Amino acid sequence: MSDLSTHEAANSHGNEPVALGYSPVADIPHALRLTDTDPRAARRAERQVATMFLLSMLMVVLFAVAYIGIDKSTLIFIPVLGTVGASTVALSVTMGTAIFLIGTGAIQWAKKLMPDVEVVQDRHDLVSAKEDTEEAAANYQRGKVESGFGQYTIIRRTLLGALALFPIPLVIALRDLWVTPAGSPSPDEILSKTLWKAGERILIAGTEVPIKPQDFPVGSLISAVPATFVEDEEATGQPDLNQLTKAALILVRMDPAEIVAQQGDGWDYQGILAYSKICTHVGCPIALYEQRTHHLLCPCHQSTFDLADAGNVIFGPAARRMPQLPIGVDEEGFLIAKSDFQQPVGPSFWERA
Amino acid sequence: MKFLSTRRRNPLVLAGLLMAALVTVGGGYTVASSVSQAEAAATVGDQTQIETGQKLYLEGCSSCHGLAAQGTNNGPTLLGVGAAAVDFQVSSGRMPLAATGVQAIAKKAIYNEEETAALAAYVASLAPGPAIPSAEDIDFADANVAEGGVLFRTNCAQCHQAAGQGGALTNGKWAPNLMEATPKEIYEAMLTGPQSMPVFANGVLPTDRKQEIIAYLDALQKAPSPGGMDLGRLGPVTEGLFLWTIVFAALIGAAIWIGIKAR
Repeated sequence: MSDLSTHEAANSHGNEPVALGYSPVADIPHALRLTDTDPRAARRAERQVATMFLLSMLMVVLFAVAYIGIDKSTLIFIPVLGTVGASTVALSVTMGTAIFLIGTGAIQWAKKLMPDVEVVQDRHDLVSAKEDTEEAAANYQRGKVESGFGQYTIIRRTLLGALALFPIPLVIALRDLWVTPAGSPSPDEILSKTLWKAGERILIAGTEVPIKPQDFPVGSLISAVPATFVEDEEATGQPDLNQLTKAALILVRMDPAEIVAQQGDGWDYQGILAYSKICTHVGCPIALYEQRTHHLLCPCHQSTFDLADAGNVIFGPAARRMPQLPIGVDEEGFLIAKSDFQQPVGPSFWERA
Repeated sequence: MKFLSTRRRNPLVLAGLLMAALVTVGGGYTVASSVSQAEAAATVGDQTQIETGQKLYLEGCSSCHGLAAQGTNNGPTLLGVGAAAVDFQVSSGRMPLAATGVQAIAKKAIYNEEETAALAAYVASLAPGPAIPSAEDIDFADANVAEGGVLFRTNCAQCHQAAGQGGALTNGKWAPNLMEATPKEIYEAMLTGPQSMPVFANGVLPTDRKQEIIAYLDALQKAPSPGGMDLGRLGPVTEGLFLWTIVFAALIGAAIWIGIKAR
């Protein structure tokens, strides 16, 4: 075998495998491997590597068998994994093992049988060679002369001016952030105004029916949307998600005696409180409400608001309390908003009061 | 008539009149209330069941909830919680408490079915409250799973996670995993709002909507995991953790094996 002859070559030269064409070995003691000294160990390693490659071939055959033979809907129970799809597991195990065995076989071959020598390779200097730097400098000088950069003063100055002015449109485009055409709402207004207004019916999100206070017992929570949002969706055929993100509401009901403070006098209706659903930190929707403690927790960054105490922040990174919506009932007895939110909902922005 | 008038002050007459009055009132009440009892048969059981329940209540519950279920410093009042709340708490083993802590823990039920029904009947007899859902209430065979998914993600997923795996609340409290929850437990929990959970009364989420949510959870409970190892169905959190620990450890092990000198 050629492998064995390589070993014999390495063995016969000991620590000086110059015959193999390598640069001088490092000045460290070289330990011979078992496969270097014992031909039987070398043959064993050879068989190991060949076995791995053979098993890899077998796995490919098994993959083909599993692909054809196992019904995709068959489920089997495997400890640790649980109930799994037999086809998925069989295909992934055979294919994964096939490529894994090619890799381990190659590494075993390199480790046990390929020449094993310590090689020294010196680092080259970080500075480029002198002739390279001189050539680069010459090229630069030639370019400078040929382009006439020094000669055509007006071209040089207008080019510099053009390059200096080019970024300005990017700055001008930012104007839209605070100035809009006359008659259309300013960005500040867009962020501050929602669909809620006096008399706006509060509908349950998902079922889209109005709510009567007597159907909403103490301890309740429900997510709600303005009736206008639902009407717009029915009229246009698609929901205006920009409006929904601002108007999303949660309603909770607690014993009026438990309400410590509100953001305005009588903004509740018989213990029913309406708050924005959008966290004032970075705008995650929140409905993680504990009815015993009246805490509202944002699962994104753990900002916690006390809905019994005017929605104040009691924990976490939120800097502002949860905006409260004043509510009442209309003549038919359904819950309605009494106005829009009195402060912008959602995360802070620079003009937010 | 002389016979009656001469004996009207006889002590036996008083006893007789009292007896007659009791029979009339009691019988009349039984007849009148049997109509409403038929409606709420599941909630208010018969008198003996209520008495059994009272006995069990006084032995097992009154130390925390008070002798008249009025509540104490150790436990809330049970007036008005209804049979559904009792059935949920007792049949899931949350009540009676094993130990005081941030939250009652579901465990093997202490009371058997009959005793649980008696306790529920007794508490329901104290004040009106939500009844235990009937088999018809929790029959979700015709419910729309997709609609249930919308409702679950809007109202439940914040605490119980979108795949119903449960999650953390504040101060060590948690929302339980729903993968073992029965349709009755899910219905009762929505109806009564146990512990930190808010109430989703039938006026807000009617029975057919609750059935949709139950159908969604049932679909989640039955959903197989074809790839195996769903890692708690928590998404990127556990998948990332698995990658950073198990997979990276395996890769480092492989790198060490490649780099180590053969002997």
